Amino acid sequence: MEMLMLTFTIFVLAIFVGVEVINKVPPTLHTPLMSGTNAISGIVVVGAIISSGGGEQTSGLSTFLGVLAIVLACINIFGGFMVTDRMLHMFKKK
Amino acid sequence: MQVFIYLAYLIAAVFFIYGIKGMTTPKTAVRGNQLSAVGMLIAVVAALLDHNVVHYYYIIMGVLIGASIGTFLAKKIQMTSMPEMVAALNGFGGGASLMVAVANYLEMQTAYGSGNAELIAMMPALDMKWSIAVILSILIGAVTLMGSFVAVGKLMGKLGDPSSIGMFKMIVKVCLALLVAGSIYFVSTNPLEQADLLILMIVICLLLGVALVIPIGGADMPVVIALLNSYSGLAGSATGFVLGNNGLIITGSLVGASGLILTTIMCKAMNRSLTNVLFGGSMAAQAGISKDENDAFYEGKVKVTSADEVAMLLDSAKKVVFVPGYGLAVAQAQHATRELANILQGRGSEVKYAIHPVAGRMPGHMNVLLAEAEVPYEQLIEMDTINPEFAQTDVAIVLGANDVTNPAASSDPNSPIFGMPILEVQNAKTVIVVKRGLSPGFAGIPNALFINDNSLMVHGDAKLVLQEITSAMKDL
Repeated sequence: MEMLMLTFTIFVLAIFVGVEVINKVPPTLHTPLMSGTNAISGIVVVGAIISSGGGEQTSGLSTFLGVLAIVLACINIFGGFMVTDRMLHMFKKK
Repeated sequence: MQVFIYLAYLIAAVFFIYGIKGMTTPKTAVRGNQLSAVGMLIAVVAALLDHNVVHYYYIIMGVLIGASIGTFLAKKIQMTSMPEMVAALNGFGGGASLMVAVANYLEMQTAYGSGNAELIAMMPALDMKWSIAVILSILIGAVTLMGSFVAVGKLMGKLGDPSSIGMFKMIVKVCLALLVAGSIYFVSTNPLEQADLLILMIVICLLLGVALVIPIGGADMPVVIALLNSYSGLAGSATGFVLGNNGLIITGSLVGASGLILTTIMCKAMNRSLTNVLFGGSMAAQAGISKDENDAFYEGKVKVTSADEVAMLLDSAKKVVFVPGYGLAVAQAQHATRELANILQGRGSEVKYAIHPVAGRMPGHMNVLLAEAEVPYEQLIEMDTINPEFAQTDVAIVLGANDVTNPAASSDPNSPIFGMPILEVQNAKTVIVVKRGLSPGFAGIPNALFINDNSLMVHGDAKLVLQEITSAMKDL
């Protein structure tokens, strides 16, 4: 129970940090913000990697799902960061 | 070792926070994005060092496939299709969370089934917290996955708005009732023995994702994309609860917060509540008028002009404001706009762009298109700042925008869009409206701006019309 409260506290506090930081992003950058956060949500790759690593607890099906999750998450990570970079360079050049 | 791995996830989360902070100005944004990418690299390296990772070939295979598809999409996608790209990425994020949660469920089955105490000790505790987290992860992940792909279909114009939304509301209610019942049973028994129930619940969640998004009008896609963006983050957080990984929880909630803020901004800009957007059906279905009524509204009152005459008007204009809308994206007219703006500036006119928060199909859509055409971002002016300036504007050029310029929003209490903040272009000395025809916008109502005394319309594709005006300006 204590453990749950701790993780839940972290979750709520992190949302507040997010709101504080993101409220300051100007509307001009809202599209890159979305594609950038798309990339960041690719963080689930962490869980996928462990499922695909062939530990004793994995089975054929769980490994398959893990690899599929890595593929999807990597589309997010690579696609998201690169397209954001492409857009932001457009804003930068004069 | 495990301590270092958890520390690395925390460091990655800090990089993400700094990265998003960089997004607060266009100058620091590129660096911010790079910081986030470094954070991701740290997290991935940490995951690879986890003692559960025994061999790497499946991982490398998955990364190679995902990276190639992602890189290809990022390089090839047209800026006008960014809403589809972001919607698809939301879906992939949700799908990945769904799969990780299911994979973890299967691993728990194997570990607890083996009776190997050492193996069990490495897995999350089999308690109610874990069971609830699995269900939430599956629910949010599946809804995000299917909802996003319905949104992509709508954005591409392959899926229309249904005329009746009653059936979908019914499906949503049935799905939710089944899910509540299923979840209670799942949590109250040994969840590891309920694989069939879990599969059934996944199917229901996928169906729920479709039924939730299909009834939402095409015009409301900016809200839906922002909301699904939020879901994709929350799905990650839920997965964090499943795996007991704080790094995932923090990062997921950052993305969740970002999507929520954008959702709120979009709803405010349309003067609608989130509930009304999600469950109210499309605005055209709520308030739509027939084609005859629409024709009667405009009958004989619209003044049509030509590119040559617009060029003459612009010749003497000191201040010109462009008002871009979704039509500009459809016509790919951003470069043509910039070209005309260049000529005007060369002749000493002041040029600005008025950006309504819901112009286009996603938050910031117009800004990205104009940035692609190398319009300096200082010239892109937000609604509240530009509105007082219209009175000093000689010519306002409306490019494929409709409802966001409709004066009925402030003058007609009976209008369905009454109360929605608009760009007050009617205050400019002359308003040029470039539009293909007189069909109503997403709200399904006629626009009084088009029949104002100071309005002139040029019918045609925004890009072609702008090019004609540009060449006429050159001949002056």
